[in-house]
Amino acid sequence: MKEYTFYTGCSSEKRASAYNMEHSIQSMCAILDIKLNEIDDWNCCSASIGYAGGGQLPRMALTARNFALAQKQQGSKDVVATCAACWLALRETNERIHEEPEVKSDLNVALKEAGLSYDGSLKSRHMVEVLIEDFGWDVLKSKVKKPLKGLKVAGYVGCQTNRPFGVCGDSFENPTYLDKMIEATGATAVPFAKKVACCGGALAFSENEKSCALVKDILQDAAANGAEAIVTPCPVCQLNVEVYQGKVNKLFGTNFNIPVLYYSQLFVLSWGGSWKEAALDQQVVSADALKRFA
Amino acid sequence: MAYDLSFAKEVYKNAEMGHWIKMCMQCGVCSGSCPLGPHWEFGPRQLFQMVRSGKMDEVLQSDSMWMCTSCYNCIVRCPRGLPITHIVHGLARYAVVKGKVKPNQVTARFAKNIFWENIVSTGRVGEAALTMKLYFVDGLAQGIQNGLEMKDSALGMLKTGRLNPLPFRSKIKGFAGFEAMLKKARELEEKREKGA
Repeated sequence: MKEYTFYTGCSSEKRASAYNMEHSIQSMCAILDIKLNEIDDWNCCSASIGYAGGGQLPRMALTARNFALAQKQQGSKDVVATCAACWLALRETNERIHEEPEVKSDLNVALKEAGLSYDGSLKSRHMVEVLIEDFGWDVLKSKVKKPLKGLKVAGYVGCQTNRPFGVCGDSFENPTYLDKMIEATGATAVPFAKKVACCGGALAFSENEKSCALVKDILQDAAANGAEAIVTPCPVCQLNVEVYQGKVNKLFGTNFNIPVLYYSQLFVLSWGGSWKEAALDQQVVSADALKRFA
Repeated sequence: MAYDLSFAKEVYKNAEMGHWIKMCMQCGVCSGSCPLGPHWEFGPRQLFQMVRSGKMDEVLQSDSMWMCTSCYNCIVRCPRGLPITHIVHGLARYAVVKGKVKPNQVTARFAKNIFWENIVSTGRVGEAALTMKLYFVDGLAQGIQNGLEMKDSALGMLKTGRLNPLPFRSKIKGFAGFEAMLKKARELEEKREKGA
């Protein structure tokens, strides 16, 4: 069994928008014999737009508190995040602590008020990195019991799981890890020029129609390449492309009906997990196109 | 004609990552790589040059920085390795600090008044309260209209167990310490933002 410290993140909580991701990741980890030890009493990372209200120190203090709790509760174990924005906040804060001594000391002055401290030594990782680096492609393929043969999938990497840090040395312009994951389940990764295009991120809230125009282009490209489903590692990509599909159809007179799934849902299904274990019953745009593999 | 460098110097010193603006060579790859590019009044390249030429109000009152989706495309493509996304965030935040943001700037309003307030009031995002506050930001009638427009999405989320119908969430256990930590971080931050 492999154990990691787990930073859950707000959208993965029960009755939150990415609970389908969290649920399927837990099922995936059960099959791989991974134990995710949740940081007790973690707080929000402030996502992509925390800068507006928080500036730099309050914003980074949020993440520093999560690291401090992780270190206190679980020692030097790697901190794993499944959400792109959570992972980015962890990486950014660690990087600034390493490179800017005054950021490190200021953050510790703030942490002291909460009876905490953080030395910057914890490693933060994305779940995708754990799968590739600690398990590897052969292990991921060896788990397949029901190959998703014939299923055409567009691998939508999006932004923050790809930039600015990247995963496993992959290219920023044409990352291949997600396509490899799709192929590992027995499905076919279709060519997808929009694989690193932006979905609008948090602007989907405040500038919805601009965001919907980006989502339309992503759906159009997936459909044009014959994709029956879109797969992503990012909760905001998943949410924006799935939940605003109806709005896109209204705005642009289109007729898209493409399920948008997480890589973990594909893995769980192909590894013999049930429809429910893969959280495929939690999709707003029905995933019934995958019923033939259930 | 003499250049007035006072605004540029202020930004270099007080705005997050502002000093990197000195390094911009005006190639425009950032502006050309931006997914919201067509909606920027001034792209990042132009904003940086305007900082250098002292156009304080034009920069800080601009909608431009609020168009950033934090996709980091500009950052990975900048030939000089400037942290463009962070500079743009820094300028947006600096506009807040200087009180220059137009009152109806929707993303600024959402990010600062709704999102940040939402997380610091309990320690974690409450998605239901977040969405409701956003819908009703322009009053009750507009709120009901916004809600109706998004009814299908909201119902879809509710039915699949991905939205809590109660717009209330309890505070994290260590909230008192969390609040004290943020207060101290705020104090330290204000010193820097004021250039002290």
